[in-house]
Amino acid sequence: MEYGFTTAAYVVAAVLFILSLGGLSNQESAKRAVYYGIVGMALAVFATLVGPGSGLWVLSLVLIVAGGAIGTVVAQRVQMTEMPQLVAAMHSLVGLAAVFVGFNAHFELGRVLAMDATAREALEGFAAVLAHKDGVEQNILRVELFLGIFIGAVTFTGSVIAYGKLAGKVTSAAQKLPGGHMLNAGALALSVLCLIWYFNTGGFFPLFVMTLAALFIGYHLVMGIGGADMPVVVSMLNSYSGWAAAAIGFSLGNDLLIVVGALVGSSGAILSYIMCVAMNRSFISVILGGFGGPSGEQMAVEGEQIAIDADGVAAALEDADSVIIVPGYGMAVAQAQQNVAELTRRLRAKGKEVRFGIHPVAGRLPGHMNVLLAEAKVPYDIVLEMDEINDDFPETDVVIIIGSNDIVNPAAQEDPNSPIAGMPVLEVWKSKQVFVSKRGQGTGYSGIENPLFYKENTRMFFGDAKKSLDDLLTRIQ
Amino acid sequence: MKIGSPREVFPGESRVAMTPDSAKQLQKLGYECAIESGAGLAAGFSDAVYADAGVEVLGSAEELYAASDVIAKVRPPEEAEISLLTPDKTLISFFYPASNEALMEAAKEKGASVIAMDMVPRISRAQKMDALSSMANIAGYRAVIEAGNNFGRFFTGQVTAAGKVPPAKVLIVGAGVAGLAAIGTSTSLGAITYAFDVRPEVAEQIESMGAEFVYLEFDEEQTDGAATGGYAAPSSPEFREAQLAKFREMAPEMDIVITTALIPNRDAPVLWTKDMVEMMKPGSVIVDLAAERGGNCELTVKDEKIVTDNGVTIIGYTDFPSRMAAQSSTLYATNVRHMMTDLTPEKDGAVNHNMEDDVIRGATITHAGEITFPPPPPKIQAIAAKPKPTVVELTPEEKRAKELEEFKAQTKRQVTLLTIGGALLLGVGLVAPASFMQHFIVFVLSIFVGFQVIWNVSHALHTPLMAITNAISSIIIVGALMQIGSGSFLVILLAALSIFMAGINIFGGFLVTRRMLAMFQKS
Repeated sequence: MEYGFTTAAYVVAAVLFILSLGGLSNQESAKRAVYYGIVGMALAVFATLVGPGSGLWVLSLVLIVAGGAIGTVVAQRVQMTEMPQLVAAMHSLVGLAAVFVGFNAHFELGRVLAMDATAREALEGFAAVLAHKDGVEQNILRVELFLGIFIGAVTFTGSVIAYGKLAGKVTSAAQKLPGGHMLNAGALALSVLCLIWYFNTGGFFPLFVMTLAALFIGYHLVMGIGGADMPVVVSMLNSYSGWAAAAIGFSLGNDLLIVVGALVGSSGAILSYIMCVAMNRSFISVILGGFGGPSGEQMAVEGEQIAIDADGVAAALEDADSVIIVPGYGMAVAQAQQNVAELTRRLRAKGKEVRFGIHPVAGRLPGHMNVLLAEAKVPYDIVLEMDEINDDFPETDVVIIIGSNDIVNPAAQEDPNSPIAGMPVLEVWKSKQVFVSKRGQGTGYSGIENPLFYKENTRMFFGDAKKSLDDLLTRIQ
Repeated sequence: MKIGSPREVFPGESRVAMTPDSAKQLQKLGYECAIESGAGLAAGFSDAVYADAGVEVLGSAEELYAASDVIAKVRPPEEAEISLLTPDKTLISFFYPASNEALMEAAKEKGASVIAMDMVPRISRAQKMDALSSMANIAGYRAVIEAGNNFGRFFTGQVTAAGKVPPAKVLIVGAGVAGLAAIGTSTSLGAITYAFDVRPEVAEQIESMGAEFVYLEFDEEQTDGAATGGYAAPSSPEFREAQLAKFREMAPEMDIVITTALIPNRDAPVLWTKDMVEMMKPGSVIVDLAAERGGNCELTVKDEKIVTDNGVTIIGYTDFPSRMAAQSSTLYATNVRHMMTDLTPEKDGAVNHNMEDDVIRGATITHAGEITFPPPPPKIQAIAAKPKPTVVELTPEEKRAKELEEFKAQTKRQVTLLTIGGALLLGVGLVAPASFMQHFIVFVLSIFVGFQVIWNVSHALHTPLMAITNAISSIIIVGALMQIGSGSFLVILLAALSIFMAGINIFGGFLVTRRMLAMFQKS
């Protein structure tokens, strides 16, 4: 039986997926793009169900509907501040599915090889594909499904741990078992050995051992990475889930899986790269965890932090014409985005220019702050990227920093010995007045003292961001 | 405890050390406040306003001194005022202890603590109580206003129906607090403003205020102002000559000259000599803010306004802050209030004279029957701004060369990558079977398309991007669907689980993306 229709549908689906990713280039076309993705997915599933996947299609449909129901409920209930967790959790599902599908490919291969020639001819669907493979192709298939399972397993445990860290269920501090990265390297070496073993024997045992090793690597790798590096980790896992799908696509001989896997894989890779550039760190150093040690004596910070109360901030805001708000993870933690939005509305109603400056690594997920602000109904055209807004700080009257620290640290530019030297930062200190809303006098994720807090034009607005803003809102009508 | 402010006894002094506003703030610190009747009158604060702010109005100085534990005033105390002090009292005022030793001795004899507002160390933390700066700021502003008052023309240039008016040219010598305030005032009135200072590091500040910094071609290593607490240091005779030559060159051009050059504890340097005054146009004005210490201008007469033979007005007043008593009282009272805040860390209305504190220690000149002047150097050094390395401006040719170089490097990178990638692909093609290569080419092309597409995704949409890639990576469901038809139970089970999980992901991913994207609203 030929599946000409299925192949045609796959081509259309692939094009729709590409369009749906391409549509994310701006906010308006994105609203259309998501429907391309949905139609593409529906088409792909439908074409598979009527074509090569027609076996047990009723069960398949029931399962899809059941899963879909859960997915729908989750999608409707999730808080926008919980997006990082949700994304991580969903990655883990893709990873696990890749492992299962890879195992299945192995079992099917064994089953098909055990059949005689006439039985093979009678096979349908995936088994039929396998039946037509010669010796070299079977070997390649083994490598492919081995890789698929390996990446899938790493993605699975990695995402579970990332989920735990983002949801606060696992400590967000970087933790390693004794032995550190040697353990990872050992597990990797073991996996390579298993590959050779599996390649030669085709038995299930090496596959299983490798799966355990990969699960360990995923777990241990992400455990060793701290909370604020999670944007990189989540993008990385995003990328892995794509590569896993692509590898499985190879082993199943399915081009649609390969195309989509490659799209997702490259998307995650680019996101990781953007995050790393924004932190001026190499991908390797993020994965290995921890900041590089200081290369020399760091500049001592002079002066003192001067506190200010809500009255003072309100008075300064009354006088200001232009205001830039720089949110960070602290805003998400304090759930202060609604108050920020309300403040923005009131200030804009008074004819003041209010804008937002977003650093690429602000928050725990690429673009996290944008989503939070969008949720609170802050218009997206006043939410600007770092590169778009950095030149405007000198003409700005008031900058309000809410729960961010390292991304506004002038030491990155002024102190060549600082561990974050060279990291692109928002140059907030160039504005006329800076208010920092911060819980206490502690340092940020990197543990580096922030000279911004000691600058003459900086005032510290201590307290929980949400409460501080509540206070402030009572004073600005 | 009670804080009281007497009327200033110095003739012509209009300022007062406590305003109704500052009294309210002091009451928040737990103090009661008192004022001598009529003390604020000259600054525009009547007794009634004080009474409204909860300040006790007392009839005479004696009464006030007797009732108050802390006495805040502006001018250094007179002998008579010192005699009213007792050991448990604290006096806060300007004092100039270096030149008022007898007075300091008298205060010590009385056993009172004296905090000299002019001795507040110049560190960032103490800026809020730096009364010298707040007074200098006012003096700088007022100097321009006085100059304008005596200058018969506009500051700003105008083209009117009645003819064209050229803008006034103002030179400000010394860009300290007063100088900078004068620059600000002068530029905002529209004059063409030039400013000079021996400290090259203030050039940036001057230019930021809108004046033109007068550069001196001189090859001497100049002392960094930061080493002397932000004040200028005396300059070498050669430097001085070069400076005077520059001024001589500028003198005929200038309409208004405001000099503010002072070096701590020294006579003011003479920077505007007699011959320069003679070179100036009739009607020009010189305001000498250094008159108190002999004046920067050779002809300045302290406390007086004179007109020279060639019609140049020289103003040597020393009471500029007092001439704006309402403003200067407000600022001074705020400085005093900040000092009291530091003296009252517990906000319990009781003075805690902490001699370990750099600022309090520095400003205290007598305490517990002893003279504590001069203070040890503060533990924290004054603001030391490091000179910034100048960024070399590239010429257009250099820029073009650089761009070309970058372009070449980029081309080289791309070609290398393509070559390596192509070679790898060919290498794989040599060993792999055709069926694999078909898929492999699809894979490579997809990665390529992916890179091209994803780079265009807006930063703001990275979270939706992750959610949607998540949803479409559930395409793995297709693999599971193909497998579920298999005969083996284990395979069916695993495939079923995969379908289920992928189902969650597809719906969850797409719906949450849609939800997020719907939230992005344009204003």
